[in-house]
Amino acid sequence: MRKLTIALAAALATIASAPAALAQVEVDIEGGISAPLPIAVPAMPTPQVTSTPAGSTDALGRQLADIVATDLRNSGLFKASGPDQLGAVTMGQVQAPDYAAWSGAQALVQGYVRAEGNGTLTIGCYLYDVFARTELTRQGFNVSPGEWRRAAHKCADAIYTRLSGEGPYFDSRIVYVSETGPKGRRIKRLAIMDQDGANHRFLTNGQSIVLTPRFAPNQQSIVYMSYVNDRPALYIYDLGTAKQRLLVQNASLTFAPRFSPDGRYVLFSMAQAGNTDVYRVAAAGGSPQRLTNSPGIDTGGSYSPDGSRIVFESDRSGGQQLYVMNADGSNQQRISFGGGRYGTPVWSPRGDLIAFTRQGGGAFRIGIMSPSGSGEKLLSDAWGDEGPSWSPNGRVLTYFRSAQGSGRAELWSVDLTGTNSRRIPTPIDGSDPSWGPIRP
Amino acid sequence: MTKFSTTLIVATALLATAGCAKRRPEVLPPGPGQTTGTDGSGGTTTPGGSAVVPGSRADFQQSVASDTINFGLDQFDIDSSARAVLDSQAQWLARYPNVRVTIEGHCDERGTREYNLALGDRRANAAASYLAARGISSSRITTISYGKERPLSLGSDEGAWAQNRRAVTVVLQ
Repeated sequence: MRKLTIALAAALATIASAPAALAQVEVDIEGGISAPLPIAVPAMPTPQVTSTPAGSTDALGRQLADIVATDLRNSGLFKASGPDQLGAVTMGQVQAPDYAAWSGAQALVQGYVRAEGNGTLTIGCYLYDVFARTELTRQGFNVSPGEWRRAAHKCADAIYTRLSGEGPYFDSRIVYVSETGPKGRRIKRLAIMDQDGANHRFLTNGQSIVLTPRFAPNQQSIVYMSYVNDRPALYIYDLGTAKQRLLVQNASLTFAPRFSPDGRYVLFSMAQAGNTDVYRVAAAGGSPQRLTNSPGIDTGGSYSPDGSRIVFESDRSGGQQLYVMNADGSNQQRISFGGGRYGTPVWSPRGDLIAFTRQGGGAFRIGIMSPSGSGEKLLSDAWGDEGPSWSPNGRVLTYFRSAQGSGRAELWSVDLTGTNSRRIPTPIDGSDPSWGPIRP
Repeated sequence: MTKFSTTLIVATALLATAGCAKRRPEVLPPGPGQTTGTDGSGGTTTPGGSAVVPGSRADFQQSVASDTINFGLDQFDIDSSARAVLDSQAQWLARYPNVRVTIEGHCDERGTREYNLALGDRRANAAASYLAARGISSSRITTISYGKERPLSLGSDEGAWAQNRRAVTVVLQ
C-alpha cells in the first residue's frame, strides 16, 4: 500500500506555509484510508461566444467541464462536482478564483474556451488548492474543433497526474471487438473508441471473425487475428490508411499477438501439427524466431516494458500457468502456483505487475501479481471476466465480462484497488479490449 | 495399357483436387448444427428429393457414423467412441480418394480465448492424425481451430460444454 501525495516539488514548496492544507489535497491510488477527494469543476467560460464546427464556445465550456469531472469521478479518486451542480465562473475569475465560494471542495478546476482566428480552439485548464488558496498547475491546449474532447481529457490528465503522482490515462483510446448476433454465430468487428466510449467507429465489416486486437506503441497500427478466407492468421491494420497486411506468410495457425514495447516486433503464437509455441517476428514481416519449444501449449506472450523479459502461459505442467523467460526464450520460470488455472498474462507498462485471468471455482476472474509471482490479488468477481489490458499508466485494467448462458460480453474496467469497477459504454456488445497508449 | 490408365486416374485426381480447392466456399463452413447429416431421410436422396452424389458432402453425412467426435475437459485424445466415428470416416474417404476434408477443432467456453485456439488446433490435429494413420493421405486433410468461437450447444452447463468440445469433419466441395 503506497500513499501518494501531491508531486514532491510542490509539496516541499508549500509544506512550510500550509501543512494543514497540504494534508487535504492528496489522493491514495491503491485504496487505503482516504476517501475520494472533493473537487469542483464549474463550466468553463468563454471570452466571446463564437460558433465553431464543434458547437458554440459557451456550450463547449460546459461540455468540457463535464468531461473533466466525469474522467476524474471515474478514476475513483475524486468526488467530482460538474457544471450541473455548480454555479458559473466569469472569465476574470478563471485565474483569480473566488476561493471562499468553493469551500465545499478541496480542489478546484477552472478553465476557459476561446475560438481562434485560424479556426482552432484554445482551452485553458487551471487547478487550485482551495484551502491553501494556491494554484497547483495550469495547462493550455490548442486543438482543432474535431478534437475538442481530447482537450478535456488532457486537462483531466493534468489534474489527475498533479494530485496522484501517477501518469496520465484519460487521453487514450481502446480498440476492441464489437459483437452481435446469436451465441453460436457471433458477428465480430474491430472497433475503436476513446477510453470513455466517445468517437466510436468500426474498422472491419464483420464478414470474417476477428479476435484479440492489440495497439502498437505508436498507436498507428493494430495487430489482430482474422479468419479471412478461412485461414485464421495475424494481420496488421494501419489506422492511417485503413489497409491491412498478413504478418506471417505461409504459416499455419497464428494468434495471440502483442507488440514489443519499441514496436519493432510482434510476439505471437503459432500452432503446428497440434503444438503451440511462442514466436517473435519483425513487425515489418520476415521469418519468425521460435522462443519456446515445450510439447505443451505455450501462448499469450507479453513483453516487460524494457523488452528484456516475456511473460507467457503454458500447460506444460498440466493446466495453464504463468511463466517468465528472457526475451530470447532462455531461463523459463513458472511464477503462478495458486489453485486453478492462469492465462492471458499481460505485463504492466510500469513493469511492477502482471495482470491475468484466473480460472477456478467455476469462474473467470481478473487478477494481478508481481513478476516474481508474489502478492497475487484478485480484482474482479463475476462468472466470466477475461482478457485484461492495462491503462497507459498501469493503474487501471480493462477486460471483458461474458454472461453465463447468453454469452453476451461487455467491456469493464477496474483499478488496482479492485473496488472501483465500472462498465465501459459500447454501442453493442464488446470483448477483447486493448487499451492504447496516451496520445501525444 | 494398364499403366496408361493409372496415369489417367492420377491426373484426374489431381484435377479434381485442384478444382476442390478453387471451389472452397468463401464463407465460413456451415455450423455443425447445419452439417450433421443424420436428418432421418436415411435414403439416397436429399430432403429436396434429388439424388445424393457419391463422394459428395451429403453422401458423407449419410454414410459415416457421425461427422463429429467429442473430447473430455481440456483433453484432445481420441477415445474408443471417437475411434469408431473416425474409422467410418476413414472408410468413406478411402472410397473417394479425390475428396478433401477440413477438420474443425472446437472448445467449450470455459477456457480463455487464446488457449482455446491452441486447444482446438490440438483436437483437429488429433483427428487428422488418426485419419492419416488409417491410410488417408494427410495432403487431403486440412485443419482449422475455432477455439470457443462457434459453440454448437448454446447453454452454460456441463451438457452443453460436452457437446462443444468437438472435432468436426467437413467435406470440401
